[in-house]
Amino acid sequence: MMVAKAHPIEALLASREIVVTCGPGGVGKTTTAAAAAALAATRLGGRVLVLTVDPARRLADALGLSGIGNEVTEVPAEVFAEAGVSVRGSLSAAMLDTKQSWDSLIAQHAPDIETRDRILANPIYQNISSRFIQSHDYIAMERLYELHSTGEWDLIVVDTPPTRNALDFLDAPARMAEFFSSRLLRWLIAPSRSTLVGLASKPFTQIADRILGTQFLGDITEFFVSLQSMHDGFIERAQAVSRLIADERTSFLVVSSSETVPLREAEFFARELANRNLDVGGVILNKVLPTSLSDPSASAAALTLEDRNPAMTKQLAKKITVDAAVLDRVLTTVTESFSDFSVVARREANARERFPTFGAPLITIPYFSHDIHDMSGLLELARHLIAE
Amino acid sequence: MGSTPLTERSLLFVTGKGGVGKTTITAGLAQMLADQGRRVLACEIDAKGDLAGAFEIPPTGFEPVEVTAHLFLMAMDTEASLREYLRLNLKIPVFGRIGPVAKAFDFLATAAPGVREILTLGKFCWEVREQSYDVVVVDSPATGHIVGLLAAPQGINELAKVGLIRNQTDWMLQILADESTTGLVIVTTPEEMPVSETVELAASVREKTSVDLACVVVNRLLPERFGAREQEVFDTLCAPAGVTALTRAIGGDAEPVLSAASLATTLRRSRAVHLETLRTGLPTETPLVLVPELFQRTSGLRATKQVAIHLAEELL
Repeated sequence: MMVAKAHPIEALLASREIVVTCGPGGVGKTTTAAAAAALAATRLGGRVLVLTVDPARRLADALGLSGIGNEVTEVPAEVFAEAGVSVRGSLSAAMLDTKQSWDSLIAQHAPDIETRDRILANPIYQNISSRFIQSHDYIAMERLYELHSTGEWDLIVVDTPPTRNALDFLDAPARMAEFFSSRLLRWLIAPSRSTLVGLASKPFTQIADRILGTQFLGDITEFFVSLQSMHDGFIERAQAVSRLIADERTSFLVVSSSETVPLREAEFFARELANRNLDVGGVILNKVLPTSLSDPSASAAALTLEDRNPAMTKQLAKKITVDAAVLDRVLTTVTESFSDFSVVARREANARERFPTFGAPLITIPYFSHDIHDMSGLLELARHLIAE
Repeated sequence: MGSTPLTERSLLFVTGKGGVGKTTITAGLAQMLADQGRRVLACEIDAKGDLAGAFEIPPTGFEPVEVTAHLFLMAMDTEASLREYLRLNLKIPVFGRIGPVAKAFDFLATAAPGVREILTLGKFCWEVREQSYDVVVVDSPATGHIVGLLAAPQGINELAKVGLIRNQTDWMLQILADESTTGLVIVTTPEEMPVSETVELAASVREKTSVDLACVVVNRLLPERFGAREQEVFDTLCAPAGVTALTRAIGGDAEPVLSAASLATTLRRSRAVHLETLRTGLPTETPLVLVPELFQRTSGLRATKQVAIHLAEELL
């Protein structure tokens, strides 16, 4: 007797501790992450957390929360009841607040209160933590590690930040570790600790000094001297974060649409994940047009309709009792619409077939003509995630 | 705001949420301006090669490449920008990644906040000041990062009180703040998330940067296909009796053919609502430039040229 096999995405959500959605921007990554988490909470049970970077009001609304902040908030049971489902486990959400997360990281690793305060007050630190773009990637992975290590969650679904380079967040912990161990940093700080006098003779410092000005360079140096005291803690932490990402408990879902540019980016991403021996648990393509649009028999029907003769139009008009001239215009528009959308549908179907999934299942989610703004909508998307 | 027409400015930053067609619009805009006989430098910041792809050429480097008449393409490389800057301003000739400069660069770019952004903006402002091109069109970072880029000179001004970088930011700020020279173009689609991001971004740009919002390009608009009478007939046609009659008339299943038109109608209606939200969410003086959905096989040169034609209709 054959034993029915669980759907791959369902199996993934049931067996992993961390599922990371990644891919290009604007393809519904955040919504997909929320839908996967809602699916796990309603169907599989357990304590599920969705960690998002998207402050969108709509997602908070869909989860029945007045807003999603840096603190973990549980989705109320009524939200599931309204959608007509019961929640077997629990679903919570948290948003990544870069500045707050950096502050707590510093507080945790600083050897003493003075160092902590000195760092928090340093203008360079304030700039790095709130504005510095790259810091976002590192802190996202760091926060994930922190939440995972509390042991409170059966499953954490992570929505990754829209980065310039889709892989930045994967490399961020290693880069952070590398930066702290770099000769450059040691060399900058070593000679005479925070005094710049010893450095002034070096050609590098001369250039940096001319460009940045002594005071700016001084602030930078002071910042790194302070940070240096947290060196070991940071490195250890960054390495632990890297290990967690590569661990078998973690899997990645590559999310994209079937359009040319996002798909190219998603392909690059899937390949990079595979190259790094990271687990690609699935490729999810959102906004897929109905397959009937690329169906040959539908095209044949559309063609017949396009070549219709006036007699046919007249007869049809009579049959459904409408004005023949208006019907003719409508039929013309209908065939034009079909041909417009079928060009896109065929191109996209072809691109999907050629997409290298590296052994992972490819799941298509249909085009929703309405926006998802509540739990029912999220669960509707979720049903497609595990549809046969 | 928006008093100088887009086509007369000489530094244009194009941004937008991922997936709205930012790069296609940037390419179309550059093509349109070149078609007008202006000498155009189009630059990609992310260096993913998408902008080069829109002109069907291999990815470009820091050295501009002439794609077609008057149209040059380059990709931003902050290290190359620093090298150029040092050569031009400090009279330090630097070839390759050697010695102190490479070290200084690594340090500056990794550790000193805002420096990477200044080197990026500096290159564009410099080209504008030197007038080697009539207009510089920048395929800028997506909505989440554009404010960080455009606000970098002010940030540096707060951090650095003296030094070359401080001297540099002053003249850059002048160019960026001059609305007859510099303008920001936000690309969006008439969909919920892109619209709300656009409205938020417009406010944040006004609050945190000195750059003027020149216009918002609404991409992928679907044309109104049906009047009231046509809609009524279409509804009759889509009812079960209508589908059966049409299926019989054409001797094949009519349902998928009708569903394409239904999809177009539903999408158009929901997009019209979002377009209205956009209109009311933006300052009244912000011009909206409308570009229709292109139903095409590819996203290359053919799409770029079609976008250029649509933009010309709206902007010229």
